[in-house]
Amino acid sequence: MRMRKLGLRFGMERADRLFELSVTAVAGLTLALVWLLVAKMILDAQQSISEFGFGFVTGGAWDPNRDVYGALPFIFGTLLTSAIAILVGVPVSIGIAIYLSELAPPWIREPLSFVVELLAAVPSVIYGLWAMYALRPVMVDTIEPIFVALFGWTPLFEGEPVGLDKFVAGIILAIMIIPTVASVSKEAMRAVPDSQREAALSLGATRSETTRMAVLSYARSGIFGATILGLGRAVGETMAVTMTIGNANLISWSLLDPGQTMASLIANNWGEAQGLQLSALIEVGIVLFIVALIVNVLARLVIGRFTKAIPATGGGL
Amino acid sequence: MLIILAVVVAVVVIVAAAFATGMLSGGSSEESVTITGAGATFPMPLILKWADEYYNETDGKVEINYGGGGSGAGITQIKDKHVDFAGTDAPLSASESETYGLVHIPETLGAVVVAYNEPSIQSLRLDGPTLAKIFMKNITAWDDPAIAAQNPGVTLPTSQITTVVRSDSSGTTYVFSGYLAVVSDDFDTLYGQGKSVNWPSAIGASGNPGVTQTVKTTSHSIGYIELAYAMQNDVPFAQLKNHDGVFVSPTLETTSAAAEAAGGSLPSGDGDWSHVSILDAPGANSYPIASFTYILIYNELYNDESKMNKTAAEALLDFLWWAVHPDAQAYADDLYYAPLPSSVISGNEATLNSITYKGEPLR
Repeated sequence: MRMRKLGLRFGMERADRLFELSVTAVAGLTLALVWLLVAKMILDAQQSISEFGFGFVTGGAWDPNRDVYGALPFIFGTLLTSAIAILVGVPVSIGIAIYLSELAPPWIREPLSFVVELLAAVPSVIYGLWAMYALRPVMVDTIEPIFVALFGWTPLFEGEPVGLDKFVAGIILAIMIIPTVASVSKEAMRAVPDSQREAALSLGATRSETTRMAVLSYARSGIFGATILGLGRAVGETMAVTMTIGNANLISWSLLDPGQTMASLIANNWGEAQGLQLSALIEVGIVLFIVALIVNVLARLVIGRFTKAIPATGGGL
Repeated sequence: MLIILAVVVAVVVIVAAAFATGMLSGGSSEESVTITGAGATFPMPLILKWADEYYNETDGKVEINYGGGGSGAGITQIKDKHVDFAGTDAPLSASESETYGLVHIPETLGAVVVAYNEPSIQSLRLDGPTLAKIFMKNITAWDDPAIAAQNPGVTLPTSQITTVVRSDSSGTTYVFSGYLAVVSDDFDTLYGQGKSVNWPSAIGASGNPGVTQTVKTTSHSIGYIELAYAMQNDVPFAQLKNHDGVFVSPTLETTSAAAEAAGGSLPSGDGDWSHVSILDAPGANSYPIASFTYILIYNELYNDESKMNKTAAEALLDFLWWAVHPDAQAYADDLYYAPLPSSVISGNEATLNSITYKGEPLR
């Protein structure tokens, strides 16, 4: 197929050929980069891989004094904070997207969309600082006590609020993924043909029914795509999480306890790590890579099943 | 499209050219000498201050660059001969200093302070074993009998103690955990001394500023920070019971007193420093969590990799000689480092006098 295409283009101008060649090279570079990255990480993590084997993923200690390393608390922390981010962030994002796409008059939609996209470009250290100085006091004094009063009987909200914990880290992650998820979801909804809306309206549907039946079901896979993008950011986010999660090597279901994610562990310990610890940190990088991969594949499977189960009006994005 | 490609190529060529010319023009200038160091961040403000003053003192002839990067990074860089001297908070092992021919020059003293945030406690007194139990989570409430026993007359709150530690690898943690290991066998067996420790459920914050900030903003918390940060940030700190059973506050004087007490028994510069400790030092006035921080240099300054010239070697020794003497040590006060006691200074003089260049002593 490709050969034939090249053959057909035998007579094309040199400039075109040069162009195709360079673009292909750049695209190939991306693929090469991923493989080089993985290969280099596996190579550098060799010492840790052969020392701990599979026990690395199930081990709970991170003790440079004894040279014993395990990644379980950090896998746990990464998954839990990302879950909070998705549970809190995605509904809000979809609300923003529905308003921008379906309800907002054009003179609000344009500037508001711009602001939402601008938020996606704020560096994460800024979010982290804001979380430490502005969000944390509100969480400790108001929000966390409310949750303790309401849900203190569940293991999720045991203990005293300190404000450097998985809950705060999850909330700041939610806030950080909202701009991305909202603006991509909005684009998916804007791409729904107006004929869909008109059809629903002409059948007597109300505005909210139209949004639900015509727009959301049509744009579903686009919204899921946006969620995956958000999840990717939440899993890998480093700076803001490091500043808010409390950085404790601890597996605890209570969101009010401090924890640690894989990314924050690497950020915290990279500076002075040597020998086996350095190798173990690189292996954490590999685990992070694999976890991100698994989460992505799972999310795609869920989407595939979900979008197939209900024969929607269209494929969306 | 072609235009864009052409621009990209042009930029690459220009950048490459810039690098090439940079490499060619770098280095060689006859008049002045540049000495580079890297390592521990704890003494960095003082070393930078010295560099500044020494630059003026020598009319700009000697420029000292100190890159920080942490003790571990400093040691790696001097082993690789990328720097002329390294700063470290933890001494080398005997075999390391022997193998590489590196000597220890203690250049200043630091103290680690136990800072706390419990507004109802005006002044807090703790002994070593209690402190260790707090950080091991064997003591979890402020009104624990062990704390009450040392603070008669103080009404202690019932709140839970939040411990705050360093999340990054650090010399401060090395010194603090070293003290806990000295005073508590349990701590020694379960956690041990190290630049990062597997603390049980403590809040981790990055750097001295991070721990200071976290303690200040977290009620019922307790953490450990360098003396300088406690002084500059006006955070309450505990008096600790020293080896002689006296409760002392961390000050520059009590820190120097700890070094003075240990000063007589220090090894020579090229000896084994790995067991040197002024933790829990004797003396009624000694603050128990004090520590030297070291500069490492080669005992033979010429080597095939760095090819240091004689002028630079002399400048390095002159600078260090100046730095460990009272004129330069006086700058330590303002930055909250404790000045070296005279016994340590004379040890450093002997070390610097023993340094050679191509086999010949320089001083």
